[in-house]
Amino acid sequence: MHEETVYDALDHAHGGEGQWAFGTGFDEPLAGVDTTVPTGIDPADLGAYCLMLGDDALVLCQRLTQWVTAAPELEEEVALANCGLDLLGQARLLLARAGSVGVLGRSRALATDSIPDEDALAYFRDVDEFRNSLLVEAPNGDFGQTVVRLLVASTWRLALFARLRESRDPVLAAIAAKGVPELTYHRDHAARWVLRLGDGTPESHRRSQAGVDAVWPLLADLFTATDVETRLTAAGVAVDPADVRDEVRDVLTLVLERATLTVPAWPAEQPSRGRAGQHGPELTALLADLQGLAREHPAATW
Amino acid sequence: MSAPTLDRPAAPDEAALQAQFDATIAADHRIEPRDWMPEAYRKGLVRQIAQHAHSEIIGMQPEGDWLLAAPSLRRKAILLAKVQDEAGHGMYLYSAAETLGADRADLTDKLIERKQKYSSIFNYPTLTYADVGVIGWLVDGAAICNQVPLCRSSYGPYARAMIRVCKEESFHQRQGYELLMTMMRGTDGQRAMVQDAVDRWWWPSLMMFGPPDDDSPNSAQSMAWGVKRHSNDELRQRFVDMTVPQAAVLGVTLPDPELALDPDTGRYRFGAIDWTEFKQVLAGNGPCNDERIARRRAARDDNAWVTEAATAYAGKHA
Repeated sequence: MHEETVYDALDHAHGGEGQWAFGTGFDEPLAGVDTTVPTGIDPADLGAYCLMLGDDALVLCQRLTQWVTAAPELEEEVALANCGLDLLGQARLLLARAGSVGVLGRSRALATDSIPDEDALAYFRDVDEFRNSLLVEAPNGDFGQTVVRLLVASTWRLALFARLRESRDPVLAAIAAKGVPELTYHRDHAARWVLRLGDGTPESHRRSQAGVDAVWPLLADLFTATDVETRLTAAGVAVDPADVRDEVRDVLTLVLERATLTVPAWPAEQPSRGRAGQHGPELTALLADLQGLAREHPAATW
Repeated sequence: MSAPTLDRPAAPDEAALQAQFDATIAADHRIEPRDWMPEAYRKGLVRQIAQHAHSEIIGMQPEGDWLLAAPSLRRKAILLAKVQDEAGHGMYLYSAAETLGADRADLTDKLIERKQKYSSIFNYPTLTYADVGVIGWLVDGAAICNQVPLCRSSYGPYARAMIRVCKEESFHQRQGYELLMTMMRGTDGQRAMVQDAVDRWWWPSLMMFGPPDDDSPNSAQSMAWGVKRHSNDELRQRFVDMTVPQAAVLGVTLPDPELALDPDTGRYRFGAIDWTEFKQVLAGNGPCNDERIARRRAARDDNAWVTEAATAYAGKHA
């Protein structure tokens, strides 16, 4: 018998290399990072902006996660979980950044001190304090609608993040730089599915066109700057969402036309309801799932 | 027009092939996909590997039920990555089965039609977040005990798949234990959750090693072929011996009043397992059997149009 214990055997099977990939100590996302806010930047604005971008990522992560154990192929379960994990990583960094500049809303009063900022913000804000766009909170629909929404969301976010790499806030710039290759993959993955479905069978064409028609009105929520974005754009920190409109429209048009789908008329843009905390009942339900357990045990650490 | 005549090599002598196979097994070398193998060896391996792959895929569900509700973003990231690993293990194992001539779609159909089994442990519900930790500690721990010897399985692709699977399972086990340690250091409510989860999962974990040796229909042949390396009871005993000290460190009680160290052997004696329950769950009457299969059926059927579209698109753009 080769094995003294199963763990020795495991080690033996790998020529003695370490059995555990990582230790069990974990730092908060921004541990070791200089989080000083550069002069001339309003910390409250910066925090509010990080919440917008962080909430978009967190909410879309929840939506993508709903496909795990329900996707068309195992490869797709892995791929959508990957996109979700990337977005979760972005959310954690952005919420931690918001916390580092003191933007915690009412959450700090509800969460105990031992809960990190990212969790205080994710779990202890109410629905009207969430600043995500309406695009990401809409329910998944079928797989066709899901990949259309992922295409729109990743195209839009990639356009923003590519520009945010030049942000005057070095933390935000670093988060954006990390996110760009991730979002490039998400956009590519979604675009390939839109091509397959649009130009696949009559049924997949019909379903993906229905997905486009369902998602398209949500574009109205994306391109009008809030006051916070206007001030931060002037300060060299943020991107005016209107500046990425043409790029987003060009990319989406290119993909949809190649997929033999009809590009609907551009919706009438309006001030963002999501950024103002005006959400649909779907977000309330999503947050009930997300926050329920943490709120049941407010004194617990996990 | 007649087909061209090919010069075929003389049909190899089956007895000689069998002798070569037997010699490979006897020398503890690996059988590879292109090697001749007895049909029963091939069939038995497909059965075992498919059952293992199905277990990974069904095993995504009990923990996956907590993905949306994980109580911190760090725990959510850990759990999402773990469930993703399980999908990867499933794919890896289906590929190993495909080297034996099986087809993943066909195996999936057999799972959904209940013609092939998966580990019955995944038919129990996950009632609290402590279950996520206990599954990592006990269920993945038991799986590791079962699987580490399979890294030396006589069938090469299976053995190699198991090396990677075991590495990741070990990581999962450590993560589960770390979650439980954190919860045990937390509130009274959290400690109660951990103890309750241990109480519910302990006996099903012991059942993961399969029926006792004197009632295990496929074991003897699998051992002779080097597909399986240790008996069910031997592996179960190792698991108990390994786990009891870990439970002490954690500060939980294992729900077995007969559990005691045997001073003569240095091993732990444990109480009798309720095999009636095991057989009920295996027969499809566990708490979640229907739900687990229904979810795989829905994933296949509700999305059939997606797979058809991908095939049609590939045909158009070949």
